[in-house]
Amino acid sequence: MFKIVKREEMAEGTVILNEIEAPLIARKAKPGQFVILKANEDGERIPLTMADTDPDKGTITIIYMVVGKSTALFKTLQVGDAFQDVIGPLGKPTHLEKLGKVVCVGGGTGVAVLHPITRALKKIGNDVTCIIGARTKDLLILESQMKSASHDLRVCTDDGTYGHHGFVTDVLKEQLEGGDVKLVVGIGPVPMMRAVANLTRPFDVKTMVSLNPIMIDGTGMCGGCRVSVGGETKFACVDGPEFDGHLVNFDELMLRLQAYCEEEKACYEDFCTLRDAT
Amino acid sequence: MKETAGKKEKASRVAMPEQKPEIRRRNFEEVPLGYTVAMAQEEAARCLQCKKPGCVEGCPVSVDIPGFINLITQGDFTGAIRHVWTKNALPAVCGRVCPQEIQCEGKCIVGKKGEPVAIGNLERFVADWERENGTGALPPQAPSTGKKVAVVGSGPSGLTVAGDLIQKGYDVTVLEAFHKPGGVLVYGIPEFRLPKAIVAQEINFLERQGAKVEVNAVVGRTVSLDELFEDGFEAVYLGVGAGLPRFMNLPGENLIGILSANEYLTRANLMKAYRYPDVDTPIPKGKNVVVLGAGNVAMDSARTAMRLGADSVKIVYRRSRDEMPARAAEIHHAEEEGIEFFLLTNPTQFKGDQKGRLTGMECLKMELGEPDDSGRRRPIAIQGSEFHMDTDLVIVAVGSGANPLLTQSTPDMQLNKWGYIIADPETGKTTKKGVWAGGDIVTGAATVILAMGAGRKAADSIHQYLTWGW
Ligand SMILES: Cc1cc2nc3c(=O)[nH]c(=O)nc-3n(C[C@H](O)[C@H](O)[C@H](O)COP(=O)(O)OP(=O)(O)OC[C@H]3O[C@@H](n4cnc5c(N)ncnc54)[C@H](O)[C@@H]3O)c2cc1C
Ligand code: SF4
Ligand code: FES
Repeated sequence: MFKIVKREEMAEGTVILNEIEAPLIARKAKPGQFVILKANEDGERIPLTMADTDPDKGTITIIYMVVGKSTALFKTLQVGDAFQDVIGPLGKPTHLEKLGKVVCVGGGTGVAVLHPITRALKKIGNDVTCIIGARTKDLLILESQMKSASHDLRVCTDDGTYGHHGFVTDVLKEQLEGGDVKLVVGIGPVPMMRAVANLTRPFDVKTMVSLNPIMIDGTGMCGGCRVSVGGETKFACVDGPEFDGHLVNFDELMLRLQAYCEEEKACYEDFCTLRDAT
Repeated sequence: MKETAGKKEKASRVAMPEQKPEIRRRNFEEVPLGYTVAMAQEEAARCLQCKKPGCVEGCPVSVDIPGFINLITQGDFTGAIRHVWTKNALPAVCGRVCPQEIQCEGKCIVGKKGEPVAIGNLERFVADWERENGTGALPPQAPSTGKKVAVVGSGPSGLTVAGDLIQKGYDVTVLEAFHKPGGVLVYGIPEFRLPKAIVAQEINFLERQGAKVEVNAVVGRTVSLDELFEDGFEAVYLGVGAGLPRFMNLPGENLIGILSANEYLTRANLMKAYRYPDVDTPIPKGKNVVVLGAGNVAMDSARTAMRLGADSVKIVYRRSRDEMPARAAEIHHAEEEGIEFFLLTNPTQFKGDQKGRLTGMECLKMELGEPDDSGRRRPIAIQGSEFHMDTDLVIVAVGSGANPLLTQSTPDMQLNKWGYIIADPETGKTTKKGVWAGGDIVTGAATVILAMGAGRKAADSIHQYLTWGW
């Protein structure tokens, strides 16, 4: 059992932070890696990239958005409750290199995934600008953490309630035009990552994205997580989750993420009815 | 079943009662129901108690078959199971899944003229009898050696090593990547062929003897092989299976509705998705399902799809009936359940709609040419034989390869050109000191009994090493 030692609600309760006791994983995990969590016996295996780890305390932190039945179930877990299974660290760690100017772009809960990567890129001596965005001010997460993880933080909201009024890509464009950007890391919803990759392509700036396809095992045995990268099929759980954004077939990824949407919708509705009834 | 009048006429093989095809094709309960005591004794009486039994020769782990059958005739079922256990630690599993027709039963003398003695059914009978009526007494255990052994992977191979070494007095820890132990026995082979309660009981039996089973432990990620030695393990056995799904590499293969058999069966068996939405893991329910391949994995996938309510399920295989690698019983059961066989047929591409969902498959008809490297006649495409097949769910069951996750992080252990671990066939020793390997990760996808046989040899070798040195 993997006990929750800290729990926070963010973004008006749509995003949850859990710090979980998992000493073996905390000891090993590197930025960019993920875990698979299962709440109880009949639960689904859900992959989530770690937002933080504390090897001394033996804990890992995950931040997730409540989007379906399984995450709604996760949300009901309180401090002192436990996940039945946590498996990891999985996937390849982020390739970290001192390059010079780096721009990290995060949207939605992608900001959580971006956090340890940004911090690590800064730590090894890169000049890190960070751009984070959300639909509206109240949905923005980890602003202060991202501020200290980077040299320069820019915030965007789609509705203009805070920071730049518009998309993260607007600010990214200025940065690219300013010149000298050596690497862009874009993590967030698939349409955002696609937009980031499309934007950086003409500037010929290396762009890394972190993919979140549907997974089962996370160890390369099922092939459910396959993505097309540069015309080749890759398993995101072992070959990724990070890939060259200029080579990823985002359209295919978007479609594949919808594989179970109908089943999930029905199941989630049932869950909510049951939960609200009790 | 019927004993006919004439005394001289040989008794025919006692058929095992089964769920009727029309009923079982829509449920997940076990298909063959098992022998009663009377049936088992009637069948056991057909054994000629050969002096030089062919059956034993055909058994990869040399179970003393006439010996245990004789004990059944005498009504000593406890004695019979104990006799089997000396060679085979998982008889309830093997009685159900071994390809007896090419092993023991294939060599049985009675089979020369009629049907061979139903050795598999009898093995299952004694194991089930013990589970239901036995005392559950633990086997004798040697005094503790104080030495720690790690077993990586909890499939039949790893479980055999764990069982043997715990009895020899070692402190054994089994490390399993999944959240549940059992390997293919839990994630691959379906409930209707091997009830999961049987596997759970075997694992419980090991735990009662003192073996520790740690799930969620991905060796190569959560802990490395070298760290196991740092943690005080003196020997490590790798029984990690051949868990890398092969795809066809055809256009359209990433459409929604095309799954590897590993994924499909893992959802159905390990995650119990056939009970969705009572459990949280969904599984695609195809109307017109196609399964590519004709091995046990393909049969299991096809029969699972039928049980999930498909209108039609087709096995599409590029060779002919004679080359189908599945157990005879599985092919027979699949046919009875209404699975159609499209033999000498090969897909060339998959078609989908705007939402990226599979709608159909283009195929070619094949004919058999000269034998290839495997000795089987090579299928050759017939020019101009293209045709279309409607399908909304394709399950790819064309074999599996070596998963590089662990071996990649262990560069000082040699692999063959396909990525399987090189191990001495007699001892299971790898090229890395203190590390043994066996089962599918050495041989490539094979059988439960071969994986267990390799485990037994390795356990002996590990015992020798920890007593006398490498
Ligand atoms: C659907 C299906 C049907 C089959 N039907 C039959 C049949 O009827 N008869 C028959 O004889 N054979 C059958 N087989 C083949 C048989 O199941 C295998 O040959 C046998 O299970 C191999 O045993 P193993 O112990 O080598 O590996 P496996 O059973 O594959 O077990 C390996 C275990 O290791 C774990 N593992 C992998 N990597 C790691 C890691 N890095 N760290 C920790 N754990 C790890 C895996 O999760 C798995 O649990 C079938 C196979 C399948 C897939
Ligand atoms: S070969 Fe057949 S008849 Fe002879 S001992 Fe074996 S099972 Fe009995
Ligand atoms: S999640 Fe199964 S192969 Fe990646």
